[in-house]
Amino acid sequence: MIEHLLQSPPGWIHFLIFFCLGAILLAIVLGFVTYAILAERKVLGFMQIRIGPNRIGGRFGLLQTVADVFKLLIKEDIIPKLADRPLFILAPILAFAPSFLVLAVMPFSENVKFADIGVGLLYYIAVSGISAIGMLLGGWASNNKYSLLGGMRSAAQMISYEIPLVMSVIGVILFTGSLNLTDIVEGQKHVAYMFLSPIGFIVFFISSLAELSRTPFDLPEAESELVAGYHVEYSGFRWAFFMLAEYVYLFAMASLMTVLFLGGWNPIPFLGFIPGVIWFALKFSLIVFIMIWIRGTFPRIRADQLMEFAWKVLLPLALLNIFVSAAVKELFLK
Amino acid sequence: MIRTEEMLLNVGPQHPSTHGVFRIILKIDGETVIEATPVIGYLHRGTEKLAENLQYTQIIPYTDRMDYLSAMTNNYVICHAVETMMGLEIPERAEYLRVIAMELGRIASHLVWYGTYLLDLGAMSPFLYAFREREAIINLLNELCGARLTFNYMRVGGVKWDAPEGWIEKVRDFVPYMREQLKGYHDLVTGNEIFLNRVKGIGYYTKEEAIDYSLSGANLRCTGVNWDLRKDEPYSIYDRFDFDVPVFHTGDAWARYQCRMAEIEESLKIVEQAVEQFPAEGAIMAKVPRIIKPPKGEAFVRIESPRGEIGCYIASEGKKEPYRLKFRRPSFYNLQILPKLLVGENLANLIAILGGIDIVLGEVDG
Repeated sequence: MIEHLLQSPPGWIHFLIFFCLGAILLAIVLGFVTYAILAERKVLGFMQIRIGPNRIGGRFGLLQTVADVFKLLIKEDIIPKLADRPLFILAPILAFAPSFLVLAVMPFSENVKFADIGVGLLYYIAVSGISAIGMLLGGWASNNKYSLLGGMRSAAQMISYEIPLVMSVIGVILFTGSLNLTDIVEGQKHVAYMFLSPIGFIVFFISSLAELSRTPFDLPEAESELVAGYHVEYSGFRWAFFMLAEYVYLFAMASLMTVLFLGGWNPIPFLGFIPGVIWFALKFSLIVFIMIWIRGTFPRIRADQLMEFAWKVLLPLALLNIFVSAAVKELFLK
Repeated sequence: MIRTEEMLLNVGPQHPSTHGVFRIILKIDGETVIEATPVIGYLHRGTEKLAENLQYTQIIPYTDRMDYLSAMTNNYVICHAVETMMGLEIPERAEYLRVIAMELGRIASHLVWYGTYLLDLGAMSPFLYAFREREAIINLLNELCGARLTFNYMRVGGVKWDAPEGWIEKVRDFVPYMREQLKGYHDLVTGNEIFLNRVKGIGYYTKEEAIDYSLSGANLRCTGVNWDLRKDEPYSIYDRFDFDVPVFHTGDAWARYQCRMAEIEESLKIVEQAVEQFPAEGAIMAKVPRIIKPPKGEAFVRIESPRGEIGCYIASEGKKEPYRLKFRRPSFYNLQILPKLLVGENLANLIAILGGIDIVLGEVDG
């Protein structure tokens, strides 16, 4: 249907349809974010011998996040007097918008996909890079020393880890010969790429944790050092935008990992009767769970060690992975 | 033309990792500390001055609020000082109760340190596990004296309350439970590569520096000095127990971590033995006059608190109030080395170093 719409001449109807589709995606992602936050709190609570949210929305706190967001909506919007006002307002938007933009190319199953563009992977990486500017901007515009340090840290971290992240997917691109995400999933019909390029998968997973600023790489907002990092001066819904960006990225990054390495909607052999979307959701949830698990286990790495780790460990490994992947392709996939 | 500037950063008193109301004014170049100036006194209550108008028994609750993480040792030091002046003989049972309470307090205090230190380093879970065990200890002490934090348990000449029915058995059961949990702590944290990277070689000082700065407790023993007042100047009944003094030689935050974790095990040993030897019956208070009036003169005693040597000096004129009272508060002395350690470190190490010293602001500020 999308193909048909794209081929036909533009009109108001088209605009309406695309707008509705976008709104539906937005609603699904926001719904995910709502329950991802709840799941994170519940799983962490379970790991830390606590109960987690259990008051609003029944025993399992099903409406806890809704209530939190509502609270943020009705909070006073404070802009510090000495802040750079236009940039201060622009920063959360700049951090948040790319996190949604990247979802446009994400194929959730054979049919559920929005823009099936040829360079989907490149698009994802390019657009997600914009968010770092938003965070740096937020840190700078707040005119606060802690947020400046946090902004600097996050910019340095994002830029450093983007390189091993990009390098680690080259193996996958080699296997498929395409940057199109649908083609990449189709290429994993028989075996998921995480088995063909395990080094790439591990490097990608670690770098994605750093890209998402999650434990053990949560330095930009290390609350024990920088109080809250780049968003220390933000409150109310502007703050919520930063948080939202973070969780939407979690959604996007877990989806991307599912697509690139876990075989997307392809079923595990002999279980093909279960629809692709469910397979996607299962694999995707597994990744999110592992990320929460890591958060419950590890301390935070130090800024200089973080840089060393990116440049001296991950990057060489990613380069090695390119070589190994090429060899695997030459030997087995011919 | 690129121009760089030093930045003045105010850490605290409202900062999540300064453990209360401690403040450091940092001069930083990027994230590197050039100069650090600690500012203390936000929690100063003038305990020593207040004590000059109070009777000795009335001073005891004030000591609870100095090092509020191990109030039992503070209680003991003032009682011990007065008892030394008066030359009192303390009943056996009271001594055992005191030792058990103090050692349980030491374990609880180290658990809080362990939890908050890991929280400072960015790990959430160990904090909650440590507080679960601390809760068990606090419940035990609560049964003993009816308070969870500010115990006000000891009196000049003995203790206020006898152990309730079945309490000793509960303490006996706690020891193996705690040993089991300690294994879990080591599994979760001690071998973790990220944790080791954060603490190894951080905040290093030598044996001589530690002595010059008058450090005590784990901060001293981490440099290889074998000095524990429970062994070297035995007070109370510590000479009856068989335990080791954990000493480590690297002098960094890692050694301080190992030292405190090993001290928990040693304290468990003491508790275990004290419970075995606990006299079935006996008085819990010595024969003490209703109004305590130590003879004219002065006395200084020191004991080993979880944070180091806590001392109490009393100058008496033979009245029911002291003429002058002075506490040697270990956190205050241990904090002195901080500005020296911070120079050249970055912000993340600042937290690791400050946390490693293990200060309690109630004690620093007096």
